[in-house]
Amino acid sequence: MSFLRTHPNGALGLEAVGMTKRFGGMAALDDVTCRVSAGTFHALLGENGAGKSTLVKCVMGYYHADQGQIAVGEQERAIANPKDAHALGVGMVYQHFTLVPGMTVAENLVLSRTHVPAVVDWAAERKALEAFMAGMPFRVPLTVPVSALAAGEKQKLEILKQLYLKNRFLILDEPTSVLTPGEADEVLGLLRRMTREGKLTVLTITHKFREVMAYADEVTVLRRGRFAGTGKVADLTPADMAEMMIGAKEIPKGASRLATPLGEPRIEIAGLKALNDGGLAAVEDLDLTVRAGEIVGIAGVSGNGQRELVEVLAGQRPPAAGEIKVCGERYAATRAEMKRHRLCLLPEEPLRNACVARMSVAENMSFRTFDDPPNARGGWWLNGAAMRGAARELIQLYKVKTPGPDAPIGTLSGGNVQRAVLARELASDVRVLIVANPCFGLDFAAVADIRSQIMQARNRGAAVLLVSEDLDELFELADRILVMFDGHLVHETPTTQADIGVIGQHMAGH
Amino acid sequence: MVDETAPLPTRPLAPAGSPLAGLSLDALRGTAEAVLIPVGALVATAVVFGIFVALAGADPLETYELMYRGAFGTWFSWQNTLQRTAPLLLTALCVALPAQLGLVIIGGEGALVIGGMCSAAAGMAMMGAPPWLLLGVMALAGMAAGGAWIALAGALRQFRGVNETISSLLLAYIAIALMNHMVEGPLRDPASLNKPSTPPLGEANMIGSIPGLDVHWGLVFGLVACVASYVLMRRTTFGFGARMVGGNVRAARMAGLSVAKLGMITCFLAGAAAGLAGMVEVAAVHGSANGSLVAGYGYTGILIAFIARQNPLAVIPVALMFGGIAASGGLLQRRLDLPDATILVLQGIAFVMILASDTLYGRFRVFQPRG
Repeated sequence: MSFLRTHPNGALGLEAVGMTKRFGGMAALDDVTCRVSAGTFHALLGENGAGKSTLVKCVMGYYHADQGQIAVGEQERAIANPKDAHALGVGMVYQHFTLVPGMTVAENLVLSRTHVPAVVDWAAERKALEAFMAGMPFRVPLTVPVSALAAGEKQKLEILKQLYLKNRFLILDEPTSVLTPGEADEVLGLLRRMTREGKLTVLTITHKFREVMAYADEVTVLRRGRFAGTGKVADLTPADMAEMMIGAKEIPKGASRLATPLGEPRIEIAGLKALNDGGLAAVEDLDLTVRAGEIVGIAGVSGNGQRELVEVLAGQRPPAAGEIKVCGERYAATRAEMKRHRLCLLPEEPLRNACVARMSVAENMSFRTFDDPPNARGGWWLNGAAMRGAARELIQLYKVKTPGPDAPIGTLSGGNVQRAVLARELASDVRVLIVANPCFGLDFAAVADIRSQIMQARNRGAAVLLVSEDLDELFELADRILVMFDGHLVHETPTTQADIGVIGQHMAGH
Repeated sequence: MVDETAPLPTRPLAPAGSPLAGLSLDALRGTAEAVLIPVGALVATAVVFGIFVALAGADPLETYELMYRGAFGTWFSWQNTLQRTAPLLLTALCVALPAQLGLVIIGGEGALVIGGMCSAAAGMAMMGAPPWLLLGVMALAGMAAGGAWIALAGALRQFRGVNETISSLLLAYIAIALMNHMVEGPLRDPASLNKPSTPPLGEANMIGSIPGLDVHWGLVFGLVACVASYVLMRRTTFGFGARMVGGNVRAARMAGLSVAKLGMITCFLAGAAAGLAGMVEVAAVHGSANGSLVAGYGYTGILIAFIARQNPLAVIPVALMFGGIAASGGLLQRRLDLPDATILVLQGIAFVMILASDTLYGRFRVFQPRG
């Protein structure tokens, strides 16, 4: 396929050549070139921190590249800010929705324009929008408030919005992370059709090989800020792409599941109800038992109450009703109970949920033990030397990359913060472990490492509750999979008999 | 409580695997930043205030020279300054302690007034007891009352979600009204005609001066309280928990800490410090509780705590500076014919400058750790 700058049907091509972007002394992008031919579906692959987002942000004008040229369509362009990008017909769909939930679809579309007149002639706008919708391969009802749309519909609306703004080159940032597998297939399929017709060019950031194989025409792979390879998807296998992504380095093998006898119930939840920040029920009538020696996985599209469930167990949210027992005793998430039952938590977004950014690595690693000897003398006096000593051991054992135990934990990279929390939470012989999206945004090696730690905890007889939006992770780790939808557990299956299609349907609420 | 999701003044991410070297130098950079930015803000204050006095018809340089003389120029002015520093140390702690948990308490004036009033009432009840016992009970009463007052604001925050900044400020007005009511009514000494007051403690029952100085023991109380607060927050498990809550309340909850308990205890300690300041004002300065307790020490304490960046040890030099500014006010009025409120203008400018300078942290490359 030769490189096409513009397609007669409107799609734009884009070339970013020799892009370099430095932050401080570190090059986030180092001489990266990415060519997206008009009317193709192009995937941008790479591990976390490989520079995908940086590249895209340079194209969109959020960042200014230190070196490199960008050509949109026929000629080279200087993109100083996102407005310039929009003016050229380059738009972006973000991972999270940028819609106003309380307004209708029509209002959201009109609002998104750069120039909205002070007085909107709604009758005329409605007519124009209907005409626009009629020409689109997929539709969203115009008069419905966005809050009433399902996630897949919202994602479609985000894409429609870009087309409505006459953008002909679309960048998608992990567009399917909030969708069920079925919804993802639908949205990606529609986009692919539009690229085939030459109306649109798509550049999508992703790490899902399945979607790349099924929908993308070409792929560009980045590794540690450098260009690692490009090619037609038809000529490549997932193994080829994985090798480009991670290089020749060995992926550590995950710990294998040992056949352990199922023990006594360690977590027993009965009739739990929890409210979200808006005071509405996010979790309702939830019954759940996790036994010693098993991993119970909870699947679900983000926003169906999983976060609130974990927050209740972490003591970050009071339950509205129901009873929680841990190791047979009533549990109210106090420090004494957590210590007695050796209950540990690996929450998602560790910097937000489990760390104090401005406290040191050693202090953060002592959150569970700062008031126990030897960290506390007489239960009252802090022993900084003991904390630092223990932290040094954990840093070495869990390979946390830090300038030292005294560095503020906020200065560490995401993966290393996650490792530090893992080290802290798994340091004692854990009996009850609650984990939420532990591998979100981590690279292959870290993911394998963390999953193996979780499996080892299970093999040692811990009861593990694993809440994850990543079905692959659940299939790899869980003994049983439960699906959460709209605050309820709607489906349960042993992993050995699980069918991804059935799980997907339950995730979508069918 | 502060929004834990707000971006902290953190530094750019260190590249993975950066060498171990350079950490001590980075620590030095951090300290330099914490010292030089407030100093810069105070220099800017001096410039703006200089323009203000010039507009008021006085020579700025002469004003600063006079202020220095009035605050630290002679032994007499030093003692005057120290005398005024004593309550400021304690009211600044009333802000700095809750700030460790991310609570912004600005009602120290109320805790001081209520503490002064209750200590005077305790003094009336204990009249005739030996002075050490009487003063001891007065101090306990003042601290308990002031502590309870701020703990009330803390409880409203923890259990009812009421903004502690607003409630503590409003509680200060209630405290002042309550004190006025009591000294004009139930607690009034019939002999106090022009200025309603509680009955005088009597010379023998007053807190005396530190030997060799014309400064009362309140200064020592304040200094001890500052050092003790620092030790509490930096060296004890209680302080560790408090810093966790202040840094990220979600992480503190996840570690099973009782956020409400830590908050209540800290608010109590903060109020107790201001209440002790009130007791010292009664038992060392005025000899009785009256309207003179409402002297603005509580509000100046807010300013001091912010300039000291809520560090209990840094409160000491900053309180000394503000004690000196207050001590020099009379001299400015007499010699330069500047209005009484000039000192308040200076304090106001300093407050604005310090708050504005807060946005500068992390903006200067010199102070950032090298990757």
